[in-house]
Amino acid sequence: MTHRIKRILAGASTLLALVAAGPSQAETTLSFLIDNNPDTVAAAEALVAAYQTKAPDVTIEIEQRPGGGEGDNIIKTRLATGEMSDVFLYNSGSLLQALKPAQTLVDLTGLPSQAKVDKSFKAVVSADSKLYGVPFGTAMAGGILYNRKIYQDLGLSVPKTWADFMANNAKVKASGKVAVAQTYRDTWTSQLFVLADYYNLHAAVPNFAADYTANKAKYAETPAAMKGFERLKDVHDAGLMNEDFGAASYDDGLKMVATGEAAHYPMLSFAVGALKQNYPENLGDVGFFAQPSDDAATNGLTVWMPPGLYVPLTSQHAEEARKFVDFAGSVEGCKIMVDTNAVQGPSLVDGCDLPADVPPAIKDMLPYFEAEGKTTPALEFVSPVKGPALEQITVEVGSGIRQPAEAAKLYDEDVRKQAKQLGLPNW
Amino acid sequence: MTETRPRSRKSPYPLWFFIPAAIIYGVLFLVPTVSSLWFSLTRWDLSTAEFIGFENFQQFFSEPFLVKGLVNTLIYAVATSGLKTVCGLLLAVLLTGNIFARGFLRTLVFFPVLVSTIGIGITFTVMMHPTRGIINVTLEALGIPGPGWLTNPALALFSVALVDVWKGVGLATLIFIAGLAAISPDYYEAARIDGATRLQQFFRITLPLVRPATLVVVTLSLIGGLRSFDLIWAMTRGGPGFSSDVIASVIYKQYQAGFYGLSTAGNVILFALIAVIILPITLWFNRREVEE
Repeated sequence: MTHRIKRILAGASTLLALVAAGPSQAETTLSFLIDNNPDTVAAAEALVAAYQTKAPDVTIEIEQRPGGGEGDNIIKTRLATGEMSDVFLYNSGSLLQALKPAQTLVDLTGLPSQAKVDKSFKAVVSADSKLYGVPFGTAMAGGILYNRKIYQDLGLSVPKTWADFMANNAKVKASGKVAVAQTYRDTWTSQLFVLADYYNLHAAVPNFAADYTANKAKYAETPAAMKGFERLKDVHDAGLMNEDFGAASYDDGLKMVATGEAAHYPMLSFAVGALKQNYPENLGDVGFFAQPSDDAATNGLTVWMPPGLYVPLTSQHAEEARKFVDFAGSVEGCKIMVDTNAVQGPSLVDGCDLPADVPPAIKDMLPYFEAEGKTTPALEFVSPVKGPALEQITVEVGSGIRQPAEAAKLYDEDVRKQAKQLGLPNW
Repeated sequence: MTETRPRSRKSPYPLWFFIPAAIIYGVLFLVPTVSSLWFSLTRWDLSTAEFIGFENFQQFFSEPFLVKGLVNTLIYAVATSGLKTVCGLLLAVLLTGNIFARGFLRTLVFFPVLVSTIGIGITFTVMMHPTRGIINVTLEALGIPGPGWLTNPALALFSVALVDVWKGVGLATLIFIAGLAAISPDYYEAARIDGATRLQQFFRITLPLVRPATLVVVTLSLIGGLRSFDLIWAMTRGGPGFSSDVIASVIYKQYQAGFYGLSTAGNVILFALIAVIILPITLWFNRREVEE
């Protein structure tokens, strides 16, 4: 009896092996790790589907990971243990530098698609004058989403200075609506007033990023750098926020500004993707403006670069992975992503134009990009130094627990720790 | 006390008999402990580790929130442990008494122990929402303005602690029930004949004789409280700001930021802290037991 079972099993497994080995001899399977944001998943699936019609001998399997700090951990752990997928999606800028690209990633300098990639993006995926990534999606900006209906009803105009902004807020508050939505349940959303203020900081202290990286400039000792924290406090002290700001989530914030419950929500323009998904009928009501400064003459956007696609050195199929990444970075790949998702800002691939019907929030951003000197990359793209506790500190300032001066000092401490852990010189 | 104990009695087992157990112990416990001691002295990015001496410990102690995290950890551990012990004992007395539906009520008290901590955390976060949560909605209906349970920095830690007590008291009750069952009914009978009141019986008989169970409950809940993380993380993530951060969440945040050596140093500190607190308590309880 057992003998027979053995024989049957042996026969079956031989057959299986033959079936499996037959047609798939030349095939390669690439693993592709992305985050689980629905926009990302949709774009990645479209990209993979398009690529597989071009390269039928390559199968690409998409794996998902959580976002935020937990996702960072997965990336770092998998890279360090040699378990990383053949292609993966990750932030550009300071977070990429923390992966030590020169030691862990495949050099993508020679890819044909790189010829059309904007130099501003290349700057944030390079190390030691080599390129390690191609852009995934479009650029985005940090600023303030606003409800255009409320602006119309109350006869408000887009503010250029902080004073104008606060005057608008006062009027909104008087009308019984929430002036500024804040959502500290998702702590990262609390950082926007500080991070999106970098254009203004850069305008006031052009050397800040370099000096800050070299441990020569501090938040607490640079009045222009402290402005972001002060703006958070201004908004809190004037009582402009939603009552449940401490417990509201990112999605609550989007809902408030989309449905006209709140007039403003400081956010990154990538939120347009989520707005399109969750509140499509309100998408036309949401506009966008840059964080106002003290002076109307200084009015520009702080820009975030999109994440990149990277190939780890441990990949067994680095050649095929390079080809796929090349496709993703090409004009064709860029168009697929732009068509799949709401655009978050201008494209970084020359020749990959935006569709004519972009949502108003994106339309509002474009003039800044078209004018000279009206945009600057966010600090985290020009300096490897970003303290991990900023989001907790901004929650404290925004909730009135801590004063701006003290918060800036505390953040400098946090930054010092990160710089030391990165082994930067002069710290 | 130690001197009076017989030092080395000859073991009835040959030495090789211990080898399998020693291998398991070595691989699963000794190696990780020793290697984490080593990694706590390095700048570690999971692939390379650079020896930097005690710099991580220095950094950890200069962490502006470590002191706050430390104080919060102690408050949290003492509060949860104390409440679990007191409530657990009272519930156990109630549930060993001759009451209606005793088995069902026992199950009810124990039920939260079985539910996932993260699930409880999320449920209570929703219930404690400052404007939409059922707790504040109910309070409002009664005309009482409800506080921001998890968003008020002065309250957040205690709100989490209360949920922790609710979740953990069933286990304490169970241990106390076992302890109470071990007390011979003869004592109570004798006391009743002598005319002792219920209260006297509780303080003179129950409380002293249930000491072994108390020791177990206090030690377990204190250790649990000192290293508590999951509930705090699910409910507040250490917030608002840093107001409900405990050592474990500070450590986790260092790990999240990619400071692996630093977070390992934090774990070594937590290990030492638990040892320093629990050891004397256990010794003290044990000594009292021997003396009586």
